[in-house]
Amino acid sequence: MPMKIGEQPFFDRVDEALENDFMRTAMASAQDRLRGRKLDATVNDEQIGDWEEWRSAGEEIRRHTLENLDFYLNQLSENFSKRGGHVYFAETAEDATRYIQEVAKRKNAKKITKAKSMVTEEIGLNEALEEIGCQVYETDLAEYILQIDDHDRPSHIVVPSLHKNKEQIRDTFRDKAGYTGTEEPRELTAFARSQLREVFLEADIGVTGCNFAVAESGTISLVTNEGNANMVTTYPETQISVMGMERLVPTWKELDVMVNLLSRSAVGQKITTYITNLTPQLEENSVDAPKEFHLVILDAGRSNALGTEFQSALHCIRCAACVNVCPVYRQIGGHAYGSIYQGPIGAVLSPILGGYEDYGELPFASSLCAACSEACPVRIPLHEQLIRHREIYVAQKGKVSEKLAMKAFGIGASTPSLFQGAVKGMPAIMKPFVKNDSISSGPGPMKLWTSIRDFPSPEQNNFRSWFKHHKDGGDS
Amino acid sequence: MAEGTIHNKDAFLNRIADKLGRKQSEVVALPAWKHQPQWSVFEDASSDDLLAAFCKSSTAKSVFVKETELANLRETLEEVIKKHGGGPIVTTKDARFSEYGLEQLFSDPETHIWNAALGRRNVELAKQANIGVIFSDISLAESGTIVQFNDRDIARSVSLLPVVYVAIIPKSTIVPRMTQATQLVHGLVKSGKELSTCINFISGPSNSADIEMDIVIGVHGPVEAVHIVVTDK
Repeated sequence: MPMKIGEQPFFDRVDEALENDFMRTAMASAQDRLRGRKLDATVNDEQIGDWEEWRSAGEEIRRHTLENLDFYLNQLSENFSKRGGHVYFAETAEDATRYIQEVAKRKNAKKITKAKSMVTEEIGLNEALEEIGCQVYETDLAEYILQIDDHDRPSHIVVPSLHKNKEQIRDTFRDKAGYTGTEEPRELTAFARSQLREVFLEADIGVTGCNFAVAESGTISLVTNEGNANMVTTYPETQISVMGMERLVPTWKELDVMVNLLSRSAVGQKITTYITNLTPQLEENSVDAPKEFHLVILDAGRSNALGTEFQSALHCIRCAACVNVCPVYRQIGGHAYGSIYQGPIGAVLSPILGGYEDYGELPFASSLCAACSEACPVRIPLHEQLIRHREIYVAQKGKVSEKLAMKAFGIGASTPSLFQGAVKGMPAIMKPFVKNDSISSGPGPMKLWTSIRDFPSPEQNNFRSWFKHHKDGGDS
Repeated sequence: MAEGTIHNKDAFLNRIADKLGRKQSEVVALPAWKHQPQWSVFEDASSDDLLAAFCKSSTAKSVFVKETELANLRETLEEVIKKHGGGPIVTTKDARFSEYGLEQLFSDPETHIWNAALGRRNVELAKQANIGVIFSDISLAESGTIVQFNDRDIARSVSLLPVVYVAIIPKSTIVPRMTQATQLVHGLVKSGKELSTCINFISGPSNSADIEMDIVIGVHGPVEAVHIVVTDK
């Protein structure tokens, strides 16, 4: 599945990530900077008023839209096609890529320019287009870097090439594209600009994702900074936009709120440089607008969340605010998740979209500190959904020994005499493992924990006996 | 224009409705939202307050800002063009250039006024241009944003391909924020008016922070931007 990054087991990926010092430093630094910028544009920006009120507005809009998703998708598709656009509802990633391949073949397309989009990454669109002989050009600077570096995969939803330093990028440009300059970001950026300038004008098809679609007018809204999405949607004769089926708003009024939540939460800007709102062509004799406009609306597992406790995960607007506060992502980076969707939202979404077989371990990559839920601009209860995923995963996939251990713990914890007995007996049971008042190498379920850090030794004086003694007038 | 096509809609929407535990909804009324903080921003601001905020926000987005009265607009624009390297120049085909007394300025043979009849030749000329000159239809004080309703004459390329874009901002187009602009578009949709193929919110030159999060101005779009705010006639 294209959403998947690598075939290694989760803990092997984590070990590999923990040994990558540059990546860990880069992730920590990026988190601090993005989080700082976000705070400046949200809770610290007096001009916009109460940020919590904005979050509530976002939550309210997203909930209403998802509860009436069929209605708004119908409205969107009718309005889009009424203006001459073509809509394709794709149940699976394969349906979507097949349709796009057919369009490309029909247009006899050779060159395709693409603006950054997670959803096209999710369905493996580049590979599908290359399979039929098209040359696909990623035009977002980060995606361009990843593409020419042997199709490396994104490590962050908003800043996909975060794991690379400028020296690595210079070397990639030099080895793969004939670059002769320095590692200075301005020089590197100017090189990418010069490489892509003509490509934009020559492309047969432009492909984009969709930040939001406006149901009332059949409009596709793109939230960007670089200007490449404008190039991609202005010059090719055919435009194809791919959207996850949940990425829509009822009217332009709600678009305002959602764009603001996204810009401020993702990059700490009041508004990004470009908010480009595209509606299928009205005038056939426009020179710099596509003549043909296709919209592919994708399910690909999203409907698994509808009507369940995970429905609000579909409220996500891909701002990565949760990623930028996650202490686990900070240590292991994006690639360790093994999914193009990383961090807390990735750990919630990936099992919904791709199943527990491949992604069931991801919800365990969380400290459950709830920082993600606090950061989410549309108030998705991420940490609660992570716990729920864990419950389902253990019930479905857990080892027999683990299930028996949990069952035994359940019985022990709910039977006062057994619980008291275990608490009283624990110091004696653990005595062989205690050294200097801590356990450095614990048995059974403690093994993984103590391989990384020490576990405190069980207290002789447990709470109940202390409390009884205290109540009887003894010293505390 | 011929209507487009829709594929697989019914099965797709029925599945969604089924998952939501009901039949497809035929009518949904938009609720009265409980939370609407957007309307409070610059709620009591005067037009001068909005102008000041627009200029401040533009500067914060690396945009050069000039303020002028209508009588001095032509002179100011000439200065700006000279300061930013001169022609070639490309402009949209917009009656406002004449209304604002700029027609004479653009009679220069080095200036190309967008002409849809010339087809792709326009794009070539825009690509070669150093400066693109446009009008802002709506201007957002909060973020220093200009809004363009692009069509066959108000071409997208003019703000996108040249090295510099220069936007003329009539003071009366300045509103508090995106809320008022989207409200206006919503009104157009409700009244059945056709929308422009591209409604473009532009806030300064293109930029990227993709290399070690170091912000670089001018990636694929313009490298410099100038906002000339003009007191209306």
